Amino acid sequence: MAKTDEKLIVNGKRLDGRAFDEMRPIEMETSIIGRADGSARVAFGKTEAMASTYGPRKLYPRFLQESSTGILRCRYNMAPFSTEDRVRPGRNRRSIELSKVIRLALESSTFLDDFPKTVVDVFIEITQADGSTRVTGINAASLALASSGVPMRDLITACSVGKIDGKLVSDLNGIEDNNSEADVAFAMLPTKEIITLLQMDGILTKDELFSLLENARENCKKIYETQRKVLKERYKRELK
Amino acid sequence: MKKKETEYDEYIEMDETDSDKKEINPREIAVPGEFIDEKKGRKLGVGVYAEDDKIFAKVLGIAFIETNEINIIPMSGVYIPRINDRVVGIIEEVQISGWLVNVNSPYISYLPVSDGVDEFVDTNRMDISRFFDVGDVIYCKVSKVTRDKTVRVSMRSLGARKLYGGTMLKVKPTKVPRIIGKGGSMINMIKNKTGCSIYVGKNGVIWIRGDQKDKVIEAILTIERESHIVGLTDKIEKLLSEKVNIESVGEKSKKK
Repeated sequence: MAKTDEKLIVNGKRLDGRAFDEMRPIEMETSIIGRADGSARVAFGKTEAMASTYGPRKLYPRFLQESSTGILRCRYNMAPFSTEDRVRPGRNRRSIELSKVIRLALESSTFLDDFPKTVVDVFIEITQADGSTRVTGINAASLALASSGVPMRDLITACSVGKIDGKLVSDLNGIEDNNSEADVAFAMLPTKEIITLLQMDGILTKDELFSLLENARENCKKIYETQRKVLKERYKRELK
Repeated sequence: MKKKETEYDEYIEMDETDSDKKEINPREIAVPGEFIDEKKGRKLGVGVYAEDDKIFAKVLGIAFIETNEINIIPMSGVYIPRINDRVVGIIEEVQISGWLVNVNSPYISYLPVSDGVDEFVDTNRMDISRFFDVGDVIYCKVSKVTRDKTVRVSMRSLGARKLYGGTMLKVKPTKVPRIIGKGGSMINMIKNKTGCSIYVGKNGVIWIRGDQKDKVIEAILTIERESHIVGLTDKIEKLLSEKVNIESVGEKSKKK
């Protein structure tokens, strides 16, 4: 998507009619992929991510095995049809980097010491991209890991914040993301308040950054409530 | 007089939802990271961890808060071998002086000749595949698990044997205690009602042989699906008393 000269904020509202700190509507569901040990779909407005997890399972080749702990592998991928321009299939610089930061964000929550020599695979597929894909992916992966029964310290919630047209906003969509003055990807363990992912692109003052982090924290709490509700409802249904 | 040892002794403590267990929040679902209770000197059971004397959930499961222990029975998960577990395994490889056994777990287990066969075997002269060959099914006990999960199984145990013929069924390992019931109440009832011989491995693999195996399969799948309702033993007893209709089993699973 190219840069626009359009104003991103009109009459105190953003282009899609949201207030500055308003998030897009959130949809979540778990157990969408029958073959996987755990799976989930999370949509933030038009951005949609699907995640599936497998394992703990045997890790080959053997030299990758750790005899004291299990390891986590993560793959972030954008489907070719997920954006306006076709995404060339396969790994690229961006997806390799995102796979790594997502892995680090998830790893700090999992207890894999109980499963030495094994691997937990997390696959994140972006089926529709409209900004904030990495945080949507993290939210989906967190739900998938929890529903697969992997021991975790906490769920992981993530959201994006940024600055457009001089205003601090939450949950950037595609066009805002491309034309932002700054954007920040943020993930945390909601009940422990530990930040596990913090990336920033653009220019912000120190005060602006801290105020954005405070907004992100608030947003994460809201997302956590939805995640918790979805997991509980899913199994309540199964219990009946 | 010492009580006679039975196969299901360990399940007396393990049963999930029999009514005389005292729970503060009966069948409350806990999400990882959720605060459960203050520790108050209690033991940590499965599925929980402690931070500063506060107990949090580690897995998605059902919380059982008791006077001396806190447990979260997970909703799903893989089987991790623990010592003295009775499991149903499949021989995967015959080696010079032992077998590799698949026990439905990320860890493959080893059965040495000395623990597999009663008689003396000279492994230099004899091919041990005459005892167990690839694909054979055995009911055995986990005899040793090291910290880095090297697993050894043994046939020197009550009820351990090679299983011939029959049908195998896989269920979620976390549902096995419910299938067995308190002290074996549920599984013994199914055995008595149907006359099938059934071996339930703690690893979630179940071996069944008998004329009424379809009935058994239906019962076990019902238990797996509805493992959290109270009075399940009575329901299964009723189900087994009815005439089994194989077609209706298929339809039910399609609907699911």
